[in-house]
Amino acid sequence: MDLISIAEWSRFVVGCALFIYLGVWLAFISEMGLRLRLKRATASATTGATPDLVAVGTGASAVAAESSGDARSGAAEGGEQDAPDGPEAAGDSADLRGYLAEQADVRYRMGRTLLLVATAVLAVGVAMRGIGTERVPWGNMHEFSITAALVASVAFIFVGRTAAGRAVASWGILLVFVTLGLAVTYLYVPPGPLPPALESYWLVIHVGCAVLAFGLFTVAAVVNILQILAERAERRGATGGFVGLLPTSSVLDRLGYRLAAAGFPIWTIGPLILGAVWAEVSWGRFWGWDPKEVWALITWLVYAAYLHARATAGWKGSKASTVALIGYGTAIFSYFGVNIFFEGLHAYGGL
Amino acid sequence: MSGDVTSERSGRRSEGRVEPAAERGRSGARPGDMTWTPEGHVDAEPARTDSDGGADKRPPALSLGEFLRWAWRQFTSMRVALILLFLLAVAAIPGSVIPQSDVDPLAVRDFRARNPGLSEWYDRFSLFDVYSAPWFAAIYLALLVSLVGCILPRSWQHFTAMRAKPPRTPSRLSRMPAYRSFTVDAPSGEVQAAAYAELRGRRFRVADPRDDGSVAAEAGFLRETGNLVFHLSLVVVLLAVALGGLFGYRGTVLVPEGSGFSNSIVQYDNFSSGSLFEATDLPPFSLQVDRFVMEFIDAGSQIGQADNYEATVSFVPEPGAEARTETIRVNEPLNVDGTLIHILNPGYAPAFTIRNADREILAEGPVPFLPQDDNFTSTGVVKVPVADDEGPDLGIEGVFLPTADVGQNGPVSIFPEPRNPQVFLTAFYGDLGLNSGVAQSIYRLDKDGLEQFEDSDGEPFRAALAAGDTVELPDGSGFITFDGYVSWVNLQISRNSGKEIALAGALLAVAGLAASLYVRRRRLWVRAGTDDEGRTVVEVAGLHRSEGGNLDDEVGAVAEGVHRRLSKDQLDEET
Ligand code: HEM
Repeated sequence: MDLISIAEWSRFVVGCALFIYLGVWLAFISEMGLRLRLKRATASATTGATPDLVAVGTGASAVAAESSGDARSGAAEGGEQDAPDGPEAAGDSADLRGYLAEQADVRYRMGRTLLLVATAVLAVGVAMRGIGTERVPWGNMHEFSITAALVASVAFIFVGRTAAGRAVASWGILLVFVTLGLAVTYLYVPPGPLPPALESYWLVIHVGCAVLAFGLFTVAAVVNILQILAERAERRGATGGFVGLLPTSSVLDRLGYRLAAAGFPIWTIGPLILGAVWAEVSWGRFWGWDPKEVWALITWLVYAAYLHARATAGWKGSKASTVALIGYGTAIFSYFGVNIFFEGLHAYGGL
Repeated sequence: MSGDVTSERSGRRSEGRVEPAAERGRSGARPGDMTWTPEGHVDAEPARTDSDGGADKRPPALSLGEFLRWAWRQFTSMRVALILLFLLAVAAIPGSVIPQSDVDPLAVRDFRARNPGLSEWYDRFSLFDVYSAPWFAAIYLALLVSLVGCILPRSWQHFTAMRAKPPRTPSRLSRMPAYRSFTVDAPSGEVQAAAYAELRGRRFRVADPRDDGSVAAEAGFLRETGNLVFHLSLVVVLLAVALGGLFGYRGTVLVPEGSGFSNSIVQYDNFSSGSLFEATDLPPFSLQVDRFVMEFIDAGSQIGQADNYEATVSFVPEPGAEARTETIRVNEPLNVDGTLIHILNPGYAPAFTIRNADREILAEGPVPFLPQDDNFTSTGVVKVPVADDEGPDLGIEGVFLPTADVGQNGPVSIFPEPRNPQVFLTAFYGDLGLNSGVAQSIYRLDKDGLEQFEDSDGEPFRAALAAGDTVELPDGSGFITFDGYVSWVNLQISRNSGKEIALAGALLAVAGLAASLYVRRRRLWVRAGTDDEGRTVVEVAGLHRSEGGNLDDEVGAVAEGVHRRLSKDQLDEET
């Protein structure tokens, strides 16, 4: 097989990954559904039961999920409350809960395995694109998208290891799915060499950092959205529905901050500093207010505002998350919007 | 301001913010992961008790001096920093939407022609020059001043805090967010010594053991230092860019293959410079483009896309010096002591010889045509002024096609490389208007004084020439020969002063940023007390003063370390 056909097959492989991600998402969502039913069953079974069980039922969903074992055994002792028909019914509901917990665990393991498989397949697809074109796989929007999706996917694997991160990963996978879907259709460009302006090792680090930061900001954005939903639910005192399965809003708040704090310096180095260095080499001026430059700066300013907002105590929680989401909006715009709407020096469009 | 004040403040605030245990759950929020409150933000604190007055948001009815102090404090507050950051972000947007005269002057000209009314309004708000507009400058200068005003006092605070002793040990360590305790038989003094050694080993700043049996330590000052370095470096970057811009310059010049250029302002097609630039700053080099090669991808899906542009030049650093051969490629400019010579866009210059009816040469040589599409379909004109007593001026309007193909919509170029070069042209006679004193574009004919030649049918005269062909103008008015073509390249010559300083500042800023984001400020205490049975109770507790990390683990590790040291001491004694 020659190199170009390896790169061409990359699209197929990425397409396969796309469908596996769909499976991941379905598995995670159905796990969530089961956990919801489990939670409801546990809650009704333990109303008025021993105090530590109440804590399990009403606390963070993560706790409920992790300690479903305890909940099961505990409920077997204290579950008579909602059992008007006596001990047998109580036994039934304990069985049901045991079954639900088991099924949820199965779905979770399935989703997690699929996530690893999908990430591996995607990594192969990205690598094929790189090998086939004999360069780093971020030379145009198609390549940028699949690589950013890979970064986000890896981040979701890590984030998803904690119970708190699992809800994040479940919804985040959807974003990976959409990104890949766009990448293999609307954004697809056949493999080929780069225009001379892009043939530079600066592409490797400048755009490489952009992909990395973008992937991290993407994960952070998912966290920010969930944070806002969780905080709203907490304020209303709502524990039902899928928000009831989310980690507490303050946990999400912190997670979002850490992801943004990881992405921000990378964004500073890649798009801004190295972008300026490359521009000096390539165009003879390190800063020329090209639309792409302007939007990279805007993104940077908004994330700086987010970090400041959080550094001020009054701006924790959903207010800060909103600022971060605005930042993510500008990051998307620097990436998609500028290529589509403006004609600048960035030959990078490749649409 | 003394260290005590600082410590008391933060102690007070921190203690008030320990999260309820239930909320901390298992989900990544370890017990040590308490919420923390940053220090030193005026708006973070409703009221401050220390001497410098605090951040009362009401303007007190006070004297002018006090009012100014109040206003200054507001201006340097975090809230204002936030507003200014957002404002700057928003202010940058219009410049990316509206064409900017220093980025794309042609687009601005087009825009003005299409929207004269709107352009007038745009001009009123400098919207064609957003990034040099006074209102834009006002925002970033305000941000800069606010930043300095915010950071300098903090530097001072930080400096004193670094020299102050770690704070007094809280009386109830068990209420700290991270806490361990264990009992040993060692006397309290020994525990203190072990704790001291352990904490020093972990690079904490440790105060001398105290009378209450405790040892207090603090770590992570690098965070604050990093934060200060970051912000101050931003100032350096901005100043370097601003001042550098005053001395810099940038110009472009179109040079056909085989032609030369010597570096003086009159030779440039376009030239712009900072206000402190002087013409004598231009390095006195000259160069000749010996060869300019363009290569294109000739197969596959990206057929026609440029693959390589490369100029070989004879470069003469100063008059009288020896020429040396240099190569310039895209992304590989020629660097002349910080002045960069870049290849910008290329094109073709078809060469013509124009003769009069007597076959005397009126003009000859390559004429740069401007590419109109990716396949270098290029348009241009040849202006041939003729002395008044010898006949009318001649003007030629042509299209150069590197690889000509006559399709349904007329002739077009189907590949950027010259595989079948042809010129399609028409010609005019009359007055070119070159003596009118009005500057003309060299790419367009001013047709006011011109008539188009007509062939014998009365149709406008047209001709298609391959290289080497000659066509006779109607009525024996002369001859046009298409001799061939050369390529041309637009060279950009530029110098950006201050870029090294800006880069150094930017890198320093990132280093500072990393420290300010990832270094954790924290305090640890170890105290030895006595329990009911007379054994020594060792308590270890920690308090976050910044986000992140895992304080609980660290406190656990310190507790273990102290324990290990104590048991080792005991073992040593026993043996
Ligand atoms: C271009 C302008 C600015 C940028 C890009 C910027 C960026 C940042 C970043 C990334 C941080 C780290 C946040 C963190 O530790 O969580 C930070 C912290 C900080 N900034 Fe700025 N900043 C800017 C202007 C200002 C101004 C004008 C002020 C003063 C009013 C200021 C005051 C501070 C302070 C006090 C902190 C420390 C917060 C803490 O205690 O953690 N900054 N800044």
